[in-house]
Amino acid sequence: MRPVSGVALLLGLMALPAALGQRSSESHKNSNESFAIVSFKWDHVKEPYIIALWILVASLAKIVFHLSHKVTRVVPESALLIVLGLFLGGIVWAADHLASFSLTPTVFFFYLLPPIVLDAGYFMPNRLFFGNLGSILLYAVIGTVWNAATTGLSLYGVYLTGIMGELHSGLLDFLLFGSLIAAVDPVAVLAVFEEVHVNEVLFIIVFGESLLNDAVTVVLYNVFDSFVAIGETNVTGIECLKGIVSFFVVSLGGTLVGIIFAFLLSLVSRFTKHVRIIEPGFVFIISYLSYLTAEMLSLSAILAITFCGICCQKYVKANISEQSSTTVRYTMKMLASGAETIIFMFLGISAVDPEIWTWNTAFILLTLVFISVYRVIGVVIQTWILNRYRTVQLEIIDQVVMSYGGLRGAVAFALVALLDGNKVKDRKLFVSTTIIVVFFTVIFQGLTIKPLVQWLKVKKTEHREPKLNEKLHGRAFDHILSAIEDISGQIGHHYLRDKWSNFDRKYLRKILMRRSAQKSRDQILNVFHELNLKDAISYVAEGERRGSLAFIRSPSTDNMVNVDFSTPLPSAVESSVSYLLREKAGPVCLDMQALEQRRKSIRDTEDTLAHHTLQQYLYKPRQERNSSVIPNGNIPPENPVQDFALKEKDLEFSESEENNDYETLHLGKGVDFLANVTKQNFTDAPAGDMDHDVEMTEYSSSDDQLNQNGSVSVNPLHFFPSCLQMPWTQNYSSLENRGNISLSAVSEYIASCDPNVPDLFWESGTDMKNKETVNSGYCSEVSFKSENSQEENTLLMFEGLEDSYMKEPQEKKMLLDIEGNYRSAAARRVQSRRSFHRPKPLHHPKLQKLASLPASCHVPPHSLEQEETQL
Amino acid sequence: MALSMLAQESGSVTSEQIEHLHRRFKQLSQDQLTIRKENFDSIPDLEFNPIRGKIVHAFFDKRNLRQESDGLAEEINFEDFLTIMSYFRPIEMNMDEEQLDRFRKEKLKFLFHMYDSDHDGKITLQEYRNVVEELLSGNPHLEKESARSIADGAMMEAASICVGQMGPDQVYEGITFEDFLKMWQGIDIETKMHVRFLNVDTIAHCY
Repeated sequence: MRPVSGVALLLGLMALPAALGQRSSESHKNSNESFAIVSFKWDHVKEPYIIALWILVASLAKIVFHLSHKVTRVVPESALLIVLGLFLGGIVWAADHLASFSLTPTVFFFYLLPPIVLDAGYFMPNRLFFGNLGSILLYAVIGTVWNAATTGLSLYGVYLTGIMGELHSGLLDFLLFGSLIAAVDPVAVLAVFEEVHVNEVLFIIVFGESLLNDAVTVVLYNVFDSFVAIGETNVTGIECLKGIVSFFVVSLGGTLVGIIFAFLLSLVSRFTKHVRIIEPGFVFIISYLSYLTAEMLSLSAILAITFCGICCQKYVKANISEQSSTTVRYTMKMLASGAETIIFMFLGISAVDPEIWTWNTAFILLTLVFISVYRVIGVVIQTWILNRYRTVQLEIIDQVVMSYGGLRGAVAFALVALLDGNKVKDRKLFVSTTIIVVFFTVIFQGLTIKPLVQWLKVKKTEHREPKLNEKLHGRAFDHILSAIEDISGQIGHHYLRDKWSNFDRKYLRKILMRRSAQKSRDQILNVFHELNLKDAISYVAEGERRGSLAFIRSPSTDNMVNVDFSTPLPSAVESSVSYLLREKAGPVCLDMQALEQRRKSIRDTEDTLAHHTLQQYLYKPRQERNSSVIPNGNIPPENPVQDFALKEKDLEFSESEENNDYETLHLGKGVDFLANVTKQNFTDAPAGDMDHDVEMTEYSSSDDQLNQNGSVSVNPLHFFPSCLQMPWTQNYSSLENRGNISLSAVSEYIASCDPNVPDLFWESGTDMKNKETVNSGYCSEVSFKSENSQEENTLLMFEGLEDSYMKEPQEKKMLLDIEGNYRSAAARRVQSRRSFHRPKPLHHPKLQKLASLPASCHVPPHSLEQEETQL
Repeated sequence: MALSMLAQESGSVTSEQIEHLHRRFKQLSQDQLTIRKENFDSIPDLEFNPIRGKIVHAFFDKRNLRQESDGLAEEINFEDFLTIMSYFRPIEMNMDEEQLDRFRKEKLKFLFHMYDSDHDGKITLQEYRNVVEELLSGNPHLEKESARSIADGAMMEAASICVGQMGPDQVYEGITFEDFLKMWQGIDIETKMHVRFLNVDTIAHCY
């Protein structure tokens, strides 16, 4: 079995420190006499070394577990880790009969628990959480009190019958035990439920309960602990009242501490613009401080850090840079997951210690029975009450999962380990029982909950791609519902949320968010941004797949990739998505600030721009065609860049090649020419004109030659209409076919031939001189071609021309083509645009013309397809 | 009068809900029998709602009032008022599949009508843009340009969801109700589009 091999590995690892220890002591003796060049200082590094080793062991164990999908699919990781811990503990114990490692409450509460809870709070789906807050609170407060009281009292009742034999505990001890065993554990719940994927409402209720019941647990625990200390006889009504008051103080105080620190954190993150590198650190440090502060004031620390995360997430995420946000996300997940791993492993290790064990079958079994039974009863009663008020009812299936998901975990263990053996006489029994309960719930229930969920057909969450429409409708929804509440004059859920978001917009955001963030932080805009990024990424990926790395890797800035000259917002050009992407693919840059400076602009202009760019090239060219800005008028700037990469290819070589080597076929000197044209367009250097003319002639001659000599069956004129219909094909063809020479020739040709078109095509601000030279050059070339062309081709071309002009009135409408079969929506979107000039669907007459598009590469369509499949 | 009539029909199970709404209606209409558009101006909380125009409009939209005719009503009576409110009633436990489906469609129809301002059965790009612009008008920093491109993007998405294979010269004219239904697939609107206090069986029974 896999874990066994892991254990063998770990054995070796653990033998290492022992051996090192021996050796270091020996060498220490020797080094007294003379100066030692190398000496072992095991004692010097012992503690951190062991800690690091344990973490490494736990992490390696995780890798080993995941080598086998069969195991991890059935057994939850937490259970595996506990078993591993038991193994390791057994080995250590067998080695030196000493249980030196155990989960101490200090380590657990100070170092292991905070990251997990912070992670939970910071990534809490706020809307869902607050939407179900009522239910969560009921389960967390009433449910926990109910569980604690009933378990404690029932155990005491059974104890009085004498089944358990002789114990040294009174009623208060039982209640104390009940209170620490009652709470559902956030770590265990998170670990198990994350793998089960139940629907989000169910998850948030169970998980929210486990987080919020901390306050109750802490209070109950403290109250009973102090009651036990002062003795049963001294407990008065006033003490009980104090207990109740302290519950409110602890829970509300903890929450308040959390909110205050969240406010601080948001405020600090507003001003970290110039210290980007330590920006993520603030998130962790300040949240941790909230935890410690609450602990210091003996308030509920878990509540404090949870609410710190919940409240700050919105503002912090808006304020910090994208990179920092990613850092925070990953660091937090890493810390939380690491802590979780260590907790479960050490739970296992801690159990291997004969010192702590006392067996009392009746007590242990009855505890197990009582916590399960009372959990079920409690859930059923509370759900019955809740369902009278809830609109989304909790059904019986949900109740089963909720009852069954009441896992106990490390919190209970840490609390029981904290007990003072002098005050609580049966501490050992309580500890062993807690361990058994934790193991039982985590291992047995964790193992069985997945099949149970499947068997009961519990509604599961499906991961959905964020959709713009969904977000828009959702927003409209909020407004509509709050309006209906306003109109009918009642104060309801939506009314409150509406008022809160108004308050948030008017005051909180102004204080806590950067001005730029206020501007761009709109949820809808974010989704838009994400989708755009996705589109762009898959666009680039698609390009890369087809082997045009040059698309992203242009070395010099004056050939800026994907800069759209015709864009209405030229000032913001730098922030276009592809620029960003290129940045990532660029040379290694260690200076974060330098990276930052390259991207200063405001997000939403960038969005608009990116969208424009994408739109013009990918989405729906027709919409733009009649406006003064015509993407077609320019040679798309990607092309030259990309062609640069290929310009070394030998023209003659490619001519002698087979048809499907179209890539190289016509990328001879013409490429040089094109590149220069665009370069000049970019730089507007007047001196360039001379070179230009020279290159020009060179180009036309070579191309003419190409047309005459090449073994080409399809005449280039074939594709004229199609590319007129779809100006953006330029862009794609650059990626796909590298047929831009001929494509640009088309636009030039049209520009020179049709008196109406030049206005449209030449308004995009290119260098007029260049254009004229280009024009004349192409005119001669094209006329030469048309002389040679067949009659029907010409006809086809004009047909296409007419076609495209007829469509101009429909400019506002969109044109889409869906290819389907693409995994992500983004890929599909890109694909849908792409599929226009794919030669595949020949059933449509228009498509038939399209199919001839690759004529630009002088290649019959099927070879294109071959190409694709090869890649 | 409407109230007594409705109370009778509903068997007066939860007449207090209707009574409440009726009180509210009277308050809004200033003790008239009908409500006009201007009456909605008196609701202070509505003022900040970015799409308040659209919402108020929906109250007078004859398509929502289940009258066979089209167009805009000048004024609505209490019965109409209840009809509109009944679009926001929550799901009931004892509904079967078919009822659920109809229930869902009704709600979506209401939404659809809100978007389709020219009553031609299609949400065109222009209409969509208007809605999005209004929706985002709450954020003063957002430019119209962004709203427009968001609407454009959403429309693209809608088209890619709703229409399968499309010829290159085919044009996506707008979102029809069928497309609208498709877009909402997988979102359980019936549990979302409700207002809690309208937990009234009576409204459902009235019709």
